[in-house]
Amino acid sequence: MSTETVPAAPPRRLSNAYQNWYRFSRNPTAVIGATIVILAILAAVLAPWITPYPEHVGAVVNFRARHLPPSAEYWFGTDNVGRDIFSRVIFGLRISLLLALVVLGIAVPVGTTLGLLAGYFGGWVEIVIMRLTDIALAIPPLVMALAVAAVLTPDLINSMLAIAALWWTWHTRLIYSITRQLRTQEFVEAAETLGASKLHILFREILPNCVSALAVKTSLDAGFVILVGASLSFLGLGIQPPTPDLGTMVASGSAFLPDYWWESVLPGAAILVVALGFNLLGDGLRDLFDVQEVR
Amino acid sequence: MADALLSVRNLSVQFTTYGQTNQVLHGVSLDVPARSQIALVGESGSGKTVTMRAIMGLLRTPPAKITGGEILYDGRDLLTMPDRERLKLRGTAMSMVFQDPMSSLNPVFTIADQMGTILKYADRRLGRSRYGKERMARVYEVLGQVRMRDPERVARSYPIMLSGGMRQRVLIAMALLSEPKLLIADEPGTALDVTTQAQILKLLKDLVEERGLALLMITHNLGVVRETSNYVYVMNKGVVVEHRPTAELFEAPRDDYTKALIAAVPRLTGGTRFGAAA
Amino acid sequence: MEFLLFLLRRILWSILVLVGLSIVIFAIARVVPGDPARMALGPTATAEQVADLQEKLGLNKPIVEQYGLFIVGLSRGDLGRSLLTERPVNDDIRETFAATFELVLMTITIAFVLGVPLGVAAARWKDRWPDTLVRILAIFAAVTPSFFAALLLQILAGYVLHILPTTGRLPHNLDFVAQVTGLLTVDSLLAGRLDVFGEALRHLLLPATALALATMGQIARITRSSMIDVASQDYIEASRAFGVPEPIRVFKYMLRPSFVPPLTILGLEFASLIGNAFVVELVFAWPGMAAYGIRTILQKDLNAVMGVVMVSGVFFVIVNLVIDVLVGFVDPRVRIRGSR
Repeated sequence: MSTETVPAAPPRRLSNAYQNWYRFSRNPTAVIGATIVILAILAAVLAPWITPYPEHVGAVVNFRARHLPPSAEYWFGTDNVGRDIFSRVIFGLRISLLLALVVLGIAVPVGTTLGLLAGYFGGWVEIVIMRLTDIALAIPPLVMALAVAAVLTPDLINSMLAIAALWWTWHTRLIYSITRQLRTQEFVEAAETLGASKLHILFREILPNCVSALAVKTSLDAGFVILVGASLSFLGLGIQPPTPDLGTMVASGSAFLPDYWWESVLPGAAILVVALGFNLLGDGLRDLFDVQEVR
Repeated sequence: MADALLSVRNLSVQFTTYGQTNQVLHGVSLDVPARSQIALVGESGSGKTVTMRAIMGLLRTPPAKITGGEILYDGRDLLTMPDRERLKLRGTAMSMVFQDPMSSLNPVFTIADQMGTILKYADRRLGRSRYGKERMARVYEVLGQVRMRDPERVARSYPIMLSGGMRQRVLIAMALLSEPKLLIADEPGTALDVTTQAQILKLLKDLVEERGLALLMITHNLGVVRETSNYVYVMNKGVVVEHRPTAELFEAPRDDYTKALIAAVPRLTGGTRFGAAA
Repeated sequence: MEFLLFLLRRILWSILVLVGLSIVIFAIARVVPGDPARMALGPTATAEQVADLQEKLGLNKPIVEQYGLFIVGLSRGDLGRSLLTERPVNDDIRETFAATFELVLMTITIAFVLGVPLGVAAARWKDRWPDTLVRILAIFAAVTPSFFAALLLQILAGYVLHILPTTGRLPHNLDFVAQVTGLLTVDSLLAGRLDVFGEALRHLLLPATALALATMGQIARITRSSMIDVASQDYIEASRAFGVPEPIRVFKYMLRPSFVPPLTILGLEFASLIGNAFVVELVFAWPGMAAYGIRTILQKDLNAVMGVVMVSGVFFVIVNLVIDVLVGFVDPRVRIRGSR
């Protein structure tokens, strides 16, 4: 059927910044997501200054204030050695966000480059890279981190590296699909005929077209990386106590369920909210850019 | 004409999208007598597709709204008819041949399944009952009518296994399943290459003549019009600007728009119909 | 016929991936760290003990030879011996894998049986309250960490409402060993023990739901968008024009083409599913591979760890193979193109 009667929407590009902003702000869930993310980042960065008991992240014990429920004095209550949970949650956020930053900081560039190479050059480059990707995808990230923990030591850095070592695959796949589609488009051919170097074509012609899909994926990924990281630390593979970590807090607090529920539930809720924020943001970006899921 | 099979009288339609309302059809009238071959011509945006969908009852009435006029089939106004009555006519009295054979067939079901289902529910609407084998027999019969050499193999196939031309024939066969009296063809063959398109148009013409059907062809291609129809309606911006027997229209077009349309058709020898090369 | 070719290609593919996987796992376990034997025995072991273990496990042979033995063993289903207990890793894993397998099976069932209809409903009543409700639920389901969901469910159903059991696969007083498939549900039915069947199901419910949440959310969302896509397709419009009644249009002609994306998503999600299974098993004291895996990790029993990772990888590859086959079954375009 012809669509002659429905007005076509203008193509969405990052360059139409004002238009994008306007459209983005009309989407309530996207705005909520963005707000959560911004607040989380701010909270994490300003942690030492905005938390009521910043010293509680260290080895502090206050046995008289153990297991106190949420109150005006201790907003999220206290844990089994009397530390303020709210402060620890905020500091724990730092770790989670740092994890996301490091993992994605490695995974995105590596994955994108590999995807570009595989999609553009084809041939055995494509075969090798994509088969590697398939293999890496077959290993559950959690299991990989466990294996690495067994082989090395179970701590945060190793966990981060283990996750990063597998995470790039998603981005490779995404960029590969997009590159493959774009490779046959005219503007690429035009650049080739004009004698542009391969590097130029990859990074100045093709890559800019991937940016919107990348932004969506990275935003969604941040949420998922935080979840995986929390699961790892829940299992004891994260940063060691007494430094606060959201997953570890849920684990140690779980011993006191259901009576002192706040010790486990509130950090868990924090993880949920942050992951939710990134997810909503990613969805909002996706709606904005009309990006099709490319697998 | 009072004896026309299908008669659209003064049809007006408006569309409301993103808060804006546009009048898309302004009092369109056309008649399709029985056994005739009528063409409805216009560019994209002229309103020909909207007219077609209004006739078939396929307009989605949230964005669209019929603001006036009547569509008479066999003397009865489709627009005021109760839904159930109107549904009875679908596929049985008038049938549509879709434009794009690639996208108009469900890719994950066999032809037999799709055609069988259509026939089954058309029968139900008409109060007939046919059983599985009888139904398939009818399906094969119709596939044979559209000149398929091996109807049973085609029926067993999935759309992806057939060529573009074959798929278009399947679409025509689907339209013929319940023996309609009126066929509405939406830009038939435009998704195909020229040779195949010619075959399809010939097939349509033959079928229509053999069975004494009326054909309403929607198209933007004047060449097609010339070959296949005996009466033409020209539409522009939601209005019928001219309507005449085909030969007359091409010989001596009256309306400026029609003239421009015809003039825009390039000729093999260079230049256009009304003058030497520009 | 083309289906067989399609199948063949997918199987060859999977084998390739598995080989690659085995190399990666082997590399991690042998090449990366120091001495596996010393690690397993701990710092208090004497040089003699370490040398002894090394000899026993063939750790002194050249790497390539070790890999060769590893592969040969794998193909026979032998995962080597545990560095500590010296039992075949095989035996240890086999018992625990069945429990994990049953859990995962139940999880996938729940995710699909709940996820797809929710997605369909959301698409059907798009932009109305069922749609909004489903989308909100789906998002929350997708972002809730499995361990959190597990804990919450445990509290809610187990302690607060007291309606479902919270640990293990069977209550202590019930005696039953799964002989045939290792799956309590299937074996109990085969043995005619309906009481065991009931208990097994009850125990499965909470952990499977906790595990299924994330996947269910994704499936609901993708089914929704898939249905919406399909709904706007020409062929659905055509079926409407031909008078095919709405229920048939929706549940037959719209549903089947929409089925492929959720299936594909499940395949991709499966890796996280396995990972999360570890966590959920821990919370519910489910005697699956997780407990075994974590124990062996703490003890640095590398062979066992390798075995667990390998089994997880194989599980993933096989599940994806099954899913690819299902997709090929549902969508003829995939299997026809895939056979060429």
